[in-house]
Amino acid sequence: MITLSSYLTLGAILFAISIAGIFLNRKNVVVLLMCIELMLLAANMNFVAFSHYLNDSAGQVFVFFILTVAASEAAIGLAILVVLFRNRQTINVDELDRLKG
Amino acid sequence: MTITDLLFFAFSGMIVVSALGVVVSKNPVHSALFLVLTFFCTSAIWLMLEAEFLAITLVLVYVGAVMVLFLFVVMMLDIKVTEMRKGFVSYLPVGIGFALAMLGIMVWVVGPFGTGITDTATLNQAVVHGANYSNTKELGKVLYTDYVLAFEIAAVILLVAIIAAISLTLRRRPQTKYQTPGEQIKVKRNDRLKIISMDAEVKK
Repeated sequence: MITLSSYLTLGAILFAISIAGIFLNRKNVVVLLMCIELMLLAANMNFVAFSHYLNDSAGQVFVFFILTVAASEAAIGLAILVVLFRNRQTINVDELDRLKG
Repeated sequence: MTITDLLFFAFSGMIVVSALGVVVSKNPVHSALFLVLTFFCTSAIWLMLEAEFLAITLVLVYVGAVMVLFLFVVMMLDIKVTEMRKGFVSYLPVGIGFALAMLGIMVWVVGPFGTGITDTATLNQAVVHGANYSNTKELGKVLYTDYVLAFEIAAVILLVAIIAAISLTLRRRPQTKYQTPGEQIKVKRNDRLKIISMDAEVKK
């Protein structure tokens, strides 16, 4: 029987996987951005599940806005990444320490 | 076990496997493609939750636009895979431990065997709509009435994102020649044309 808690557990698993991904891929900014997208997807999963089980479409509106903000975040993040690579020839997080005093 | 249960477990299993693929695969291109698979399976799950508009939006916007952008950037940058994987094994226990701890707490709160706060009657009002129910229409009604201000702010955010992405990656090379229309318009006759007085030349 599929209930609300099944969907919430799926969202929790997705969130935990992306947390692990942020820990494991600490050097690669591209994979870090992908893990952030996964986290937002887990949050959206909860929103859609609650929207269905509470019979209220406001949750889906919030997912719509999260998708918008996540898309613009990905666009700006990747643009920053391209500029970073152009200036430093690397996207390794450990080498991005130019601001260190 | 009904067909819906079977579909749910199949798609959620694929979501978990492909999300693990995003995290552990060596090549960032494979990560991006696994992320595409995750989005596809999530959109199938959302279809089961009767959020048809968002499911289609997820495929169109994420798979169609954002992931293509990711793939472009991954292929444009020269990523040294072996260097990026350094420290993967040493962070493995910390990452897995942290993830399992968070997962345990979250599943205890929202899962089927824990606190049971999701079993209340207010949280189980799912209505199975008929075939003539339009999710897009319902969403549109709410979006353009109650949330119209937020909708316009979202549009402005997208505009800011476009301008920011273009202006960040725009690069002016010094050796490239550009036209500046302002300067062209401001030019006077005396800047271009010079009238000098000289003797008439006579054919011999």
